[in-house]
Amino acid sequence: MSTIAWLTARSLLGRRRVWLLIPLPALVVLLATLAEGAGVSSESWARPVIGGLGLGVLLPVIPLLVGTSVLGSEIDDGTIVYVLTKPLPRWQIVLPKLAVAIAVSATAVAVPLFVAGVVAHSVRLGGALVVAGVIGATAYAALFVALSVVTRRPVLLGLVYVLVWEGLLAKFMVGTRMLSLQQYAVALADRIAPTPLLSGDVGVPLALAMCAVIVVGSTAVAIRRLTTFSMAGETS
Amino acid sequence: MSTAAAIAPQTRTSTVELKAVSRWYGNVVAVNNVSMSLGPGVTGLLGPNGAGKTTLLHMMAGFLAPSRGTVTLDGEPTWRNPAIYRRLGLVVEREAVHTFLTAYEFVLASARLHRLPNPEAATRRALEMVEMTGAQDRRIGTYSKGMRQRTRVAAALVHDPQVLLLDEPFNGMDPRQRLHMMELLHRLGDEGRTILFSSHILEEVEQIAGTVQVVVAGRLAASGDFRTIRRLMTNRPHVFALRSSDDRALAVALMAEPSVTGVELDRTGLTVRASDYGRFTRALPKIALASGIRVRQVVPADESLESVFAYLLEA
Repeated sequence: MSTIAWLTARSLLGRRRVWLLIPLPALVVLLATLAEGAGVSSESWARPVIGGLGLGVLLPVIPLLVGTSVLGSEIDDGTIVYVLTKPLPRWQIVLPKLAVAIAVSATAVAVPLFVAGVVAHSVRLGGALVVAGVIGATAYAALFVALSVVTRRPVLLGLVYVLVWEGLLAKFMVGTRMLSLQQYAVALADRIAPTPLLSGDVGVPLALAMCAVIVVGSTAVAIRRLTTFSMAGETS
Repeated sequence: MSTAAAIAPQTRTSTVELKAVSRWYGNVVAVNNVSMSLGPGVTGLLGPNGAGKTTLLHMMAGFLAPSRGTVTLDGEPTWRNPAIYRRLGLVVEREAVHTFLTAYEFVLASARLHRLPNPEAATRRALEMVEMTGAQDRRIGTYSKGMRQRTRVAAALVHDPQVLLLDEPFNGMDPRQRLHMMELLHRLGDEGRTILFSSHILEEVEQIAGTVQVVVAGRLAASGDFRTIRRLMTNRPHVFALRSSDDRALAVALMAEPSVTGVELDRTGLTVRASDYGRFTRALPKIALASGIRVRQVVPADESLESVFAYLLEA
């Protein structure tokens, strides 16, 4: 493992804030098993739990927490200087950090989605949700890592995107769904395991192409911004 | 200032060069047309807070683009050029460390990121240099401020850079830690490295820096040999607040001393203006002794660096 990835993983997982990543996945698993155990039909609980909580909240929020931490929190607390004063091309800093963010987010997203999918319908739906979750988490993580280099308020802006654009506008304006990572994930899951539980509006080729564009574009922006990273001098 | 490349003939030396460098933020000019050349040895970057020292340091370290002018390390621009970090180490003022690592892990990670052939040996050497081997396996979060500072210096030194830049390295250190850091910088300078540290405290600079660059309000106010600048600084009018067993009699006696240019008497004591710091402080005990007056307190009343620097700018 590269030293950057090791440092990033240590800082992400070796501290108390790793516990922030536990409640949401646990909630998805808990609600799915409770509902099924109580004999509620999956037609009625799967939409809110898998579609609403899983793909609507868990999928964006975990990468938001992780993606803004791997680089953004180092910029915030100043430790980024320690990494930047090394004779490394900046992509060698961004890529390992992004890889850690993707690995951690994808795991925290895919595992509970798999459990919920299996409980609700079938292993096939579980597998479909894993694929959709991993691809979605990858795109979200890349987006939020880039956001954390571009702005000093990445969490706020990320939440605005998730809550307002994807959460609110997509409900009323179908057009905004064309630019919604969450909808891409729904479309992918629905395509791999067609069930009445999820219904995607976006074409799968478009969803995959957009995810690729977002990952590549965000990564390029992050590298570019880190190359010209400036420290504010004393201002008085 | 000329480059002093002759000091260390054995090792390859490095030069940081600023040519007509300015940096502004919007309408605020932080650094105004500064040119300087830093060669081997310890140089102090002296100036009051807000003078632009940090801005200068950041430009030298490649963390800020000059708005105008060029900043180079051995002829290469420092901005957007990570390759310079093979030869340059930076210790910023902000106390940023990975508190969840031990000092050994922290410095070792630094050595690895530099792709050193033997990172473990380099780590041990760097930690020995700052005398942190005793606590190297404790988490940095448990360290005192001075220990963290030394750990950061070790991380900046692990690749044996020719140039080391330190921003206010003595801030928050106790006298013993300060002395230790001064010895270290001295040693590094004597080895032929180019060491630059910023400070707003005259005495710190005086104790270790051979050459000084004085920055006031974004401009280079003075540069060169420390003693020359010190003389400039001491030969300005000084103000002292005095208290004695008989202020009135002392006032009369002091008026006869040529280095005294004015005396003021009020309820709290005497305010004395002297044209020559050295002469006055040498003459005062003799005058007091001769007239049988006991001096209880002598406080330089106008020793704030700002006033010293303001005077330098006029000089």
